[in-house]
Amino acid sequence: MASPTAIRPSGGKPSPRRGSLYRGAEGMWSWVAHRITGVLTFFFLFAHVLDTALVRVSPESYDKVIETYKNPFVNLLEVGLVGAVLYHAFNGIRIMLIDFWSKGPRYQRQMLWAIVVVWVLVMLPGAYFMLERNIRHIFGGGA
Amino acid sequence: MTATLNADLAPVQHTGPLPPVPDGAVMVTVNLQRFNPELDDAPHMESYRIPALPTDRILNLLHYIKWYIDGTLAFRRSCAHGICGSDAMRINGRNRLGCKVLVKDLVTAKKTEITIEPIKGLPLEKDLIVDMEPFFDAFRSVKPYLVTHGNEPDREWVQSIEDRERFDDTTKCIMCACCTTSCPVYWSADAYVGPAAIVAAHRFIFDSRDQAAEERLEILSDAEGVWRCRTTFNCTDACPRGIQVTKAIQEVKRALMFRRI
Ligand code: HEM
Ligand code: SF4
Ligand code: SF4
Ligand code: FES
Repeated sequence: MASPTAIRPSGGKPSPRRGSLYRGAEGMWSWVAHRITGVLTFFFLFAHVLDTALVRVSPESYDKVIETYKNPFVNLLEVGLVGAVLYHAFNGIRIMLIDFWSKGPRYQRQMLWAIVVVWVLVMLPGAYFMLERNIRHIFGGGA
Repeated sequence: MTATLNADLAPVQHTGPLPPVPDGAVMVTVNLQRFNPELDDAPHMESYRIPALPTDRILNLLHYIKWYIDGTLAFRRSCAHGICGSDAMRINGRNRLGCKVLVKDLVTAKKTEITIEPIKGLPLEKDLIVDMEPFFDAFRSVKPYLVTHGNEPDREWVQSIEDRERFDDTTKCIMCACCTTSCPVYWSADAYVGPAAIVAAHRFIFDSRDQAAEERLEILSDAEGVWRCRTTFNCTDACPRGIQVTKAIQEVKRALMFRRI
């Protein structure tokens, strides 16, 4: 007699177990970040084309929309946008070097750390100057 | 010390008395993904607490579980020495050969847990066994053999050391699928040929004696070919033979772009 068996009601192949993540190395996460920043930038540009197009429809409502951008929260988003575009651009250059420079694949990791360092060096003063006005405004400094 | 099984309902089949625990053994917890197609709807994790020597391979842990705790555990292995390419599996989240990772590579005084799952992206059959056919189909599709036209040479076919060097790295492949099943593109686009097939193609495209480079490049330039690669380097990190997989893929991409081999 055969051993007891139960036919799986669903049949076919099992769905994969949830939460079994592949622990890729730097290269995988740099690509994940590249795709996320690329898609974010795309959505920003999409919205930006819309709000800029508004000026041709009605300059008054254009002014009104732009006025809503002048608050600390949008200011933070702007810093995020600069950070995302900057990462995407730097890493894009790294990917092109991997593509066209024969030693690129060998040095991909070092190139990634290099762009991360450059990104931090640019973002520190960049974020400071972008946020300066709002920080002084909120915490009630001199001006 | 006895081995204990932390799952209540698992079909326990003691195959024999437990072997003596050797000196210097430590207790480790193996979290193993189990799946029995005849009983389970979906894979689940089970934990086993077993003794292991720091110098044991992960494969030894699987043998211990299969031989002394649950004989129904299914996994592939053959050589146990990193040559046959049978036992690719996800060990602590990364594709490795069970026979090439040692317990001491993963276990520290603080952390004695090891997680073992099947490789991703291929249909799961049972426990750690996946259906490798799609992987081999992709391998076959790139003509992974020497192709020559015209008459056979009547003496030795000489190849310079420099010409041999060009594809030396890609001759080392053991077709274990560690690379292909570590590739995020392969998981989502099942038609992508995957890095292992490109490694096999590279082996012949850059062989000065071979005459079918154009055909292989044609196959690899279509929608399922090399352009799918997003240079995430998972494959290179996973290869147990240390093959620079992404570099080989980039060489094929450049050969296609510049039509130069
Ligand atoms: C600043 C200049 C830019 C550079 C140097 C750049 C570079 C690149 C490169 C080289 C890739 C290919 C990635 C790969 O092969 O995996 C890429 C992908 C991509 N880019 Fe950009 N890009 C730039 C701007 C943008 C902008 C403005 C957008 C949004 C409209 C964008 C959206 C994307 C998206 C969605 C991808 C796909 C990501 C993926 O394949 O995973 N990029 N970029
Ligand atoms: S480098 Fe290309 S082939 Fe290798 S894992 Fe990444 S996307 Fe896949
Ligand atoms: S290239 Fe490396 S990881 Fe890929 S199948 Fe060959 S030996 Fe395995
Ligand atoms: S069992 Fe042969 S490679 Fe691991």
